[in-house]
Amino acid sequence: MPEILRISRLTKRFGGLAAVNDVSFSVPEGAIVGLIGPNGAGKTTIFNLVTGVYSLTDGQVEFGGLNIAGLPAYKIADLGITRTFQNIRLFKNLTVFENVLTACHRSASYSILESILRLPRFRQEEKNITRKAEELLSIMGLSDRRDLVANNLPYGMQRRLEIVRALALDPKLLLLDEPAAGMNPDETEQLMRMISKIRDDFKLSILVIEHHMDLIMGVCERIVVLNFGVKLAEGNPEQISNDPKVIEAYLGVAEGEANA
Amino acid sequence: MDWFYIQGILMLAGINLIAVLGLSLLTGFTGLFSFGHAGFMAIGAYIGALMTVSPTTTPAGLGLPFFVGVIAGGLGAGIVSYFIGRITLNLKGDYFCIATLGFGEAIRLILNNVQIFGGSRGWPGVPYKSTLPAIILVDVVAVLFLANLVRSRHGRNMVAVREEELAAQITGINVFKYKMIALVISAVYAGVAGVFFAHYMTFLQPKMFSLTKSTELTIIVIFGGLGSISGSVLGALILTALPEVLRAFEIWRLVFYGAAVILIMISRPKGLMGGMELSPGGIRKARAERKARLEAQREMKQAQEGEIRNA
Ligand SMILES: Nc1ncnc2c1ncn2[C@@H]1O[C@H](COP(=O)(O)OP(=O)(O)OP(=O)(O)O)[C@@H](O)[C@H]1O
Ligand SMILES: [Mg+2]
Repeated sequence: MPEILRISRLTKRFGGLAAVNDVSFSVPEGAIVGLIGPNGAGKTTIFNLVTGVYSLTDGQVEFGGLNIAGLPAYKIADLGITRTFQNIRLFKNLTVFENVLTACHRSASYSILESILRLPRFRQEEKNITRKAEELLSIMGLSDRRDLVANNLPYGMQRRLEIVRALALDPKLLLLDEPAAGMNPDETEQLMRMISKIRDDFKLSILVIEHHMDLIMGVCERIVVLNFGVKLAEGNPEQISNDPKVIEAYLGVAEGEANA
Repeated sequence: MDWFYIQGILMLAGINLIAVLGLSLLTGFTGLFSFGHAGFMAIGAYIGALMTVSPTTTPAGLGLPFFVGVIAGGLGAGIVSYFIGRITLNLKGDYFCIATLGFGEAIRLILNNVQIFGGSRGWPGVPYKSTLPAIILVDVVAVLFLANLVRSRHGRNMVAVREEELAAQITGINVFKYKMIALVISAVYAGVAGVFFAHYMTFLQPKMFSLTKSTELTIIVIFGGLGSISGSVLGALILTALPEVLRAFEIWRLVFYGAAVILIMISRPKGLMGGMELSPGGIRKARAERKARLEAQREMKQAQEGEIRNA
């Protein structure tokens, strides 16, 4: 299978700390890949490097065969990588609909002059992206919250809205940073189904960070394990859950935390 | 109060409004605070005056028609703002605000020393060209352009920058570009306001464009409510008229002015309009939002009561 994302020898140092150290792995096209590891392992840092939020210290990031390292974040988003954030970052004072409509901006091409003068292209494209935003909300079950200000949305739905906003850009690769954090078991169950459905319906690839092992084992075809910034293991769910190194470093810690 | 007096206040309010509308785009919609927009007004005023002043009174004057002055003043301010933006828009958060403050003061100090414009003594002989109808016309056009802009993808991108810069970036929005667009448009508005101001006062002096003027503009935007064009309009009318109405209180008037502003901001912390628009669409939107909020609250309550009963 061709690869949509290939990360090679990726390194990020913050002062003396190597948050990500010589990590290589790739995401096959159309796959759902899990990225796991204990707190501080460097998972979010990898997302920040891939999306251009941080500049990398060393290594390469290839997206669809194109080297994207060093591009500004908005260009990488343009090329087709979007993400959600571990600590939700919605446009808080805007409504659910406005959040999605804003993200549809790439599906319109009218200029500033055309918007100031309300020229035909403006009207036509606005109509189109309004329809697009509404469709997305309806597919993702947020239509009845259309006019609610994002800040007033229940937590689980805020996470879902962030995914919808990302989808509005028609991405080829979606990065989800702990999408189940703060969700109850019901919502987590729903989310699992949604992740598979999104991959199939929107024909994209997904890289997901999660601490919920059920979710990771349930939806991912491949899993990459990080620990202290280095890659510890990589394989399918079965290989990973039987890998003694992983059990020791990660699952052991997770159980310890669960008991605490 | 005779009509002449009222007309004067209205003209000042209308001129202020042009600058306030521009600043509203920058501060209210894009989230960048500026304390230097009097500087852009000054650039507009002096360039505009240079175009229209008769060569017989000032050797440098070009004696051109007023509308040439308006265009040149707006363009001049816009071009300067582009270069200011190139240097300062990469600065994080509050540093931009401080940089604009420095810019505004620098413009004033430079003008103080340009002798062809009379330096700090001032520059008399600017023709009286600002008429109330012309000002109202420009106000209406300025409001329409702005309202159309903010309700487009470009305006929404600016609001996204205000709301959450990082999220805007990963949504494919070129944050720097949209900050720049907002800055340049706001400077053009300020420049045009400056031209009208010059041709209303018929006399220019650098100290008219001090930090106090910049602050006044920003206060009006905040007073009206960030992210509301109607708020900016109301704010400009009220806060320009208020000091005039309070003139009867003589030296106490600025105390009353300050007290009035504080009172409003305490009772309406999000400003007069609180981000709402006084237009059919704006009212519909506010009602839909209210309805959705009440519904969500009711649902939440029901869920909580359910939980209590189950427990
Ligand atoms: N901007 C930054 N400046 C300095 N250090 C940072 C920065 N971002 C991350 N780090 C450090 O890099 C390491 C990896 O952080 P990262 O956020 O990637 O972990 P994570 O795997 O996402 O953990 P978690 O599961 O807690 O979200 C941590 O030690 C963190 O403190
Ligand atoms: Mg993280």
